[in-house]
Amino acid sequence: MNEPQYGWWLPPDVSVHGAEVDFIIIAIHWFMLVLFVGWGGFIAYCLVRFRERPGHTATYELIEAKWNRWLEIGVAAAEAVVLVAFAVPVWATIKNDLPEPKQDPLTVRVVAEQFKWLFHYPGKDGTFGRTAPEFYSDDNPAGLDDDDEAGWDDITVRGLRFPVGRPVIARLTSKDAIHSFKLPVMRLTQDAVPGMEITVWFEATDTGEFQVACAQLCGLGHYEMKADLIIQSQEDFQKWLDEEHEALGLDE
Amino acid sequence: MSDTHEELGFWRTYVFSTDHKTIGIQYGITALVFLLFGFTLMMMMRWQLAYPGQPIPLIGGLLGESSVDQGAMLPNFYNQLGAMHGTIMVFMGVVPLAVGAFGNFVVPLQVGAVDMAFPRLNMMSYQAFFLGGLVMLSSFFLPGGAASSGWTSYAPLAVTATTGQTFWLIGMIFLIASSLLGALNFIVTILHLRAPGLTFFRLPFFVWSQLVTAFLLLLAFPPLQAAAIFQLMDRLAGTSFFLPTGLVVGGEPLAAVGGGSPLLWQHLFWFLAHPEVYVLILPGMGIVAEVIANNTRKPLWGYRPMVYASLFLGFMSFGVWAHHMYMTGMGTTMSTFFQITTMIISIPSVIILTCLAISLWGGSIRFTVPMLFALAFLPMFGIGGLTGLPLGLAAPDAHLHDTYYVIGHFHYVVAPGTIFAMFAGIYYWYPKATGRELNVSLGKMHFWLSLIFMNGVFMPMMFEGMAGVSRRLFDPTIYEHGAAVHGLTMMSSWSAWCLALAQIPFIINFFMSMRKEERAEENPWKATTLEWATPTPPPHGNFTEPPVVYSGPYEYSVPGAPNDFSPQHVKRES
Repeated sequence: MNEPQYGWWLPPDVSVHGAEVDFIIIAIHWFMLVLFVGWGGFIAYCLVRFRERPGHTATYELIEAKWNRWLEIGVAAAEAVVLVAFAVPVWATIKNDLPEPKQDPLTVRVVAEQFKWLFHYPGKDGTFGRTAPEFYSDDNPAGLDDDDEAGWDDITVRGLRFPVGRPVIARLTSKDAIHSFKLPVMRLTQDAVPGMEITVWFEATDTGEFQVACAQLCGLGHYEMKADLIIQSQEDFQKWLDEEHEALGLDE
Repeated sequence: MSDTHEELGFWRTYVFSTDHKTIGIQYGITALVFLLFGFTLMMMMRWQLAYPGQPIPLIGGLLGESSVDQGAMLPNFYNQLGAMHGTIMVFMGVVPLAVGAFGNFVVPLQVGAVDMAFPRLNMMSYQAFFLGGLVMLSSFFLPGGAASSGWTSYAPLAVTATTGQTFWLIGMIFLIASSLLGALNFIVTILHLRAPGLTFFRLPFFVWSQLVTAFLLLLAFPPLQAAAIFQLMDRLAGTSFFLPTGLVVGGEPLAAVGGGSPLLWQHLFWFLAHPEVYVLILPGMGIVAEVIANNTRKPLWGYRPMVYASLFLGFMSFGVWAHHMYMTGMGTTMSTFFQITTMIISIPSVIILTCLAISLWGGSIRFTVPMLFALAFLPMFGIGGLTGLPLGLAAPDAHLHDTYYVIGHFHYVVAPGTIFAMFAGIYYWYPKATGRELNVSLGKMHFWLSLIFMNGVFMPMMFEGMAGVSRRLFDPTIYEHGAAVHGLTMMSSWSAWCLALAQIPFIINFFMSMRKEERAEENPWKATTLEWATPTPPPHGNFTEPPVVYSGPYEYSVPGAPNDFSPQHVKRES
């Protein structure tokens, strides 16, 4: 486990799709820089060469420029390549290609409220208990239905933990306002919208302790709506799960 | 025109005027005051960001207990400042300045009309704007303060917010009504009141930009008007347009029937607010085109492609709104559609900027104050446009969405972009409007200082955004990645305060020049378009005799012509 380093550029990346996102960001910025320097250089050259001075007059005739057509086609082509070859496939991976059951994904419900995050694990049976808004209380922030046995072993915590190297499926919802589940080190942002359940997935490539941020203005405590993000080895994560189960008093 | 020359009293001349020039100046002054006020709100926010939790100097003691605690800002007040800064700058500052002020003052003159098509409607448009502005400002004095849910007012947060949000919605209804009245007036004026001989392709590019802008306002604002009324009903009449079933706010179930959709508000809002971006930028491009043609002393390169590009830009701007919503749970199909339209809409902007750049080739470039601002517009808007690329693609947006990168991006478009174009316009048309010349040294000082500090404010934000720091945070340093960029935040804040000082030469220049003895010439820039064919300042009814147009808008340096400019209304021997 390394101490994460933050600076004036992209934060550390510990996700399987982060490298592709970073690649697109960096590639586009090189493209932008080339365009800006070339085009700014042209303007600067014109300003010097065609400045008003004695003996110099403007020409009425317009130059026959063909290169601007090529520039416009070039920009369009570059955008098309980035779009088709990188942006759309990467987005499809993040959004649509959910891990299959044989990859043994860990499923977590993420419930946002003013101004905290709640993470709901299904427990040993792998099944979430039934939840409904009428059961929300301070002792039962996830709104679990006591009559549903599947919920008896469910774990609800305020920090997000998951093991490295295992896909995680997060099912996001919100109780009150729109929040946004942002994991800078996973290159992931996803709104949590009340009345909807939105699914995303991610997988970590390294262990470490990071932060979950809220990226959508959700009220006066929005700025402090953060949570711990702890990525552990498979063994450590299993140990934590066992401890939580023990705390529930359900073991054997 | 004889009936227009009757003497009018003070109130009809200056306050309830139907003269497009007076209304333009009223719009201009009001909008500049609002811009300065919106800027002041932001300077307070910059204090909190640079020195979190420390008492605000000078004004900290003057603010109420609900806003500050022993002079230090409270989160709720920060959110109010953020929401109102955005609202004021966009809806009460830049749009009224770009459309209400420049459009009203310049368009009838440039098309050779005696006034707008509907002068009373025009007066009503200004009055609705003024009322809307008053409602917005008065909301600061409500219990709970002004609106605090962002300028975007996303539901359900905005629906459950304090009374300030109700005032925000009522204010928006007035401001939208004002824009709709203005838009109708511009369209009819440009289509019907053009002088004889002034064909569409002899119109100055500025008039084209206002025509496209007017159509955008006319077609994009009604959905937001409807949405604002829906949200008002959700707040006051117990409807649930934007409230889903089962909301629990602060531990208590919300007494609402439910069944609505929070995302519906976002669709309706952005269906306006993306075309709105082009409402903010097109008039700026129009002004820059006028100033560049005049100061290169040659015709614009690619006038027709620029016209077609702006028409296409206007049309496409209705098909990109959901690129603001990639993170709302959008799948691949939908996001692919909006990514494609977003990439397509970048092309007409590239065409317009490239045409303006090539227009410099072969000119005899005068570095007047308006020209300096117009030239700076090109690279500044360039940065704003280019930084839109990674945001327009969903995958990089997954990291950059709602970070300071977004703030940097759209401020480069609107602040050193549009606002520089607005300054170019003020320096360019001031002599026509007031009959006095502005001081050149103060103007150059204003320009260079503004250019440096504008970049000082917004360039650091690009890096903060790269680091993943979210916008709208009362105190970003509570996050590790936020604390790491605090040096950049300080740079932004200090630049913002210096930028405010850089506006002092402008304010002095603006008022002191009016008192000058010496009068400006009728055509001090030696320009070709019709507004310079009027007496200075133009009287009621504008032209001494109805103008007839014989040539295109930018006939500069015509071979064999007596001067290096050939005005549109002067018949040439050929």
